Amino acid sequence: MGFISRGFRGKRRDVASSSRVPPGQYVVTDFPVLSAGPTPRVNLDQWTFTIEGEIDEPKRWTWKELVALPSETVTKGIHCVTKWSKLDTTWKGISVDTLMEGVETAAEFTTIFSDGGYTTNLPLDDVTGNKAWVVYEFDGQPLHPEHGGPVRFLVPHLYFWKSAKWVRGMRLEKEEHPGFWESNGYNMYGDPWREQRYWGD
Amino acid sequence: MTIEERRLDGNAIGGLLREIFTLEMTAAETTCAGCGAINAVGRVVVYADAPGTVVRCPACESVLMRIVHGGGRYWVDLTGTRCLEFAES
Repeated sequence: MGFISRGFRGKRRDVASSSRVPPGQYVVTDFPVLSAGPTPRVNLDQWTFTIEGEIDEPKRWTWKELVALPSETVTKGIHCVTKWSKLDTTWKGISVDTLMEGVETAAEFTTIFSDGGYTTNLPLDDVTGNKAWVVYEFDGQPLHPEHGGPVRFLVPHLYFWKSAKWVRGMRLEKEEHPGFWESNGYNMYGDPWREQRYWGD
Repeated sequence: MTIEERRLDGNAIGGLLREIFTLEMTAAETTCAGCGAINAVGRVVVYADAPGTVVRCPACESVLMRIVHGGGRYWVDLTGTRCLEFAES
């Protein structure tokens, strides 16, 4: 930051906000809904979250088991590849670190999979180390189905298409398999600070 | 508006498909690779507010096409369309 002078708060706010908004993004105060398909109907009695793939035995939680795990509340900016960013969004859910406790795996990648068939791929290092959550509340309320409820993935340091709605599990993989958008033009990694929107960015 | 209310029909992608195929495509017939249903492009289901355009079969909701346009390029996935039949101009 350059200088701060009393009574010059507008300027200071601009500086603060540009350091929090990745290049090419604009800030919204509403919460746009983007969807590649119909909203799935979810029966929580039959809902499970699964870690499978490169793991001796798949780990599986029912809805009741999941919400009984130690939860965290996190406040993060989110950045959609369609260029809107929303700052200070508050979510409650389970850290992926908690879900991965005790998991031994040779995997270096994961495919997040959802009801409706959506998938997205990530390096395992990008969902562990307090960087990703499986969330079921937004702004103190149960997560609305339009925003991915009952449960969505949240990996706020990457473009928001990586934060899969209606998530049902993680597949641990030795090799990276491009997901729904990554297989058709969108970047395999999707770092908003480096504007990795498309293939070749 | 709910996701379902924002869902469009295939006429919404007439302009996009004209950019790609340089032909009027809303009367073209798609055969769904999933269920085999044949529908004119104008009758398919379109989700246009995702990061790309997602076209789905009105019979079984399978993805027929995924079209991404950005950075001066198009990416067109027709895996879910077993056949696309259209008249010469």
